[in-house]
Amino acid sequence: MTLTVSGLVMVFPILYAFLISFMQGGEVLQGSLWPETFSLANFVSAFDRVPLLTYLWNSLMVSVLIMAGQLVLCSLAAFAFVFVEFKGREWIFYLFISTMMIPWEATMVPNFQTVQSLGWLNSYAGLTIPFFAMAFGTFLLRQQFKTIPKELYEASQIAGISKLRFFTGVVLPVVKTTMTTLAIYSFLTAWNMYLWPLLVTNNEANRTVQIGLKQMQTQEIASDWGVVMAGVVMVILPTLILLFAGQKRLQEGLTQGALK
Amino acid sequence: MRKVELKGITKSYDGKQDVLKAIDVMVEPGEFFVLVGPSGCGKSTMLRMIAGLESITSGELALDGKRANALSPSERDLSMVFQNYALYPHLTVEQNITFGLHVKKVSKREQKERCKEVCEMLGLTDYMKRKPRELSGGQRQRVALARAVVTQAPLCLMDEPLSNLDAKLRAKMRSEIRQLQRKLGLTMIYVTHDQTEAMTMADRMMILSDGDVQQIGRPLDVYNNPANTFVASFIGSPPMNLIDAEMKDSVLVADGHWMTPVTAAMKQKIGSGRVTLGVRPEHISLAKDSEPGFLVQVANVEVLGTETLVTFDFGEATQWIAKWPGQSSVQPGEQIRICVDDRHLALFSAEKGERIVCEPVPDAKKVSS
Repeated sequence: MTLTVSGLVMVFPILYAFLISFMQGGEVLQGSLWPETFSLANFVSAFDRVPLLTYLWNSLMVSVLIMAGQLVLCSLAAFAFVFVEFKGREWIFYLFISTMMIPWEATMVPNFQTVQSLGWLNSYAGLTIPFFAMAFGTFLLRQQFKTIPKELYEASQIAGISKLRFFTGVVLPVVKTTMTTLAIYSFLTAWNMYLWPLLVTNNEANRTVQIGLKQMQTQEIASDWGVVMAGVVMVILPTLILLFAGQKRLQEGLTQGALK
Repeated sequence: MRKVELKGITKSYDGKQDVLKAIDVMVEPGEFFVLVGPSGCGKSTMLRMIAGLESITSGELALDGKRANALSPSERDLSMVFQNYALYPHLTVEQNITFGLHVKKVSKREQKERCKEVCEMLGLTDYMKRKPRELSGGQRQRVALARAVVTQAPLCLMDEPLSNLDAKLRAKMRSEIRQLQRKLGLTMIYVTHDQTEAMTMADRMMILSDGDVQQIGRPLDVYNNPANTFVASFIGSPPMNLIDAEMKDSVLVADGHWMTPVTAAMKQKIGSGRVTLGVRPEHISLAKDSEPGFLVQVANVEVLGTETLVTFDFGEATQWIAKWPGQSSVQPGEQIRICVDDRHLALFSAEKGERIVCEPVPDAKKVSS
């Protein structure tokens, strides 16, 4: 019972946004909770006012690129930190981790200058590449890789299997679950980015969807909340789909481990 | 078949303390060679150095007469079975067995054939499509063996492969591994901390302690003629009974009241002073009325069916164990009269614990080979 109530409280904002997106003009301001008729007019005008499809596509591309980049770099870095022995390995790792303590805002300006001087403004490169190296992801995967028995690596060394083959053939399949978690995490983080895309893009062709939402809200003096919410629903839909699809996958992974 | 030669092999992790000290040994082709010793004695390190997983600090490792110090593990053409089996959890038994064969340029068809063959040999045919987690401990062990055998490498290294199995299964696998090794003519180097495994499986064994070689030899030679007190107390179950003794006139006196006469030759070897006396449990028996013996108090009795282990107090701080065939009716607390077979006494120097050989041991040569 308590759970249901708190669940409802938690989900109310999203539910309300969903309902508002179907409401006509003045209904929102009258404070009604349930739309009189379920009209799709708001969705149509949301697509009319801002190039929502372009934004959605951009967001998707940027998120997928960041996700892929982070997965590749983090897993390779973590592999090196766990399976490749070199001098000062631990030290470099802690240095790497310590970058987590530097707030993103502090590095924003230098990052912007770098991207600008590379001529990457208004491009996918500028939107994605600065995020490829992620200390958190490396840390997460390193911890996971450490649970793989060293003997597996030694056994493949004796069999003559190359490091790369061991990485793709053994390590990645074994940590599939954690990789999925990290993929969802980085996709969602990238999808929700606002400040950085605002900085490095200044035309409609390259903007992402979060900026589009803000545009909708500020285009007119009195915001048409129905349209804004319609936009919001469009934007959170991929997030929700991903979350539900991923949840199934995660559960599978978890029970697999539990039944060992 | 492969000859493995270690010349002055030393290992040190920190450059100060040697975990292995100048090991010299030659493992003959087709031999089942066991490295045995308590945990932390360096036996696994030695095996890993032979495998190439651990660097060699100094000394030379030769495979078939060729220096192999700098070769990578795969270039040494050997297989290895790990204590935790090291099976790939996401692959089926079949994939586990054939994983890595492509590196050795084995065609897909031959991989299948070889896999089928070893699975039949080890009774795994019904499990080829299963994942390791769906197998029992013994089956996993067999998969690990199959993976080593399928490579057809002439040298096989095993690092405590049976320590995760229960006692019954261990005895079974012991005999299976030995049969497999004979059948395939493998040179095998086998690490264990279990002296029973060493005694039952080895052609020859090396006893290590604290990185030092204590003795190398055939199991029975080691058992009958232990080189020092460490080997005497490590090999054999229950271990050899040891006690300090003192030379007085022409008799050895242990613990003030037990005396045993010594020959003139022995006396000369021992000189004056203290020695350690050793007696195997099976050489202690109940004294018959006519025999000289001495009284002891029984502390514990373990009847095993075919034999009986009797623990008794010997002196103030020492307990000895005697092993008698059959089922004895001796009870704890009872006073019994025992006698020790003088012919089987072993003498060790009191300071270093080294064996004092008093009469020429018939096969002394083999012991020190």
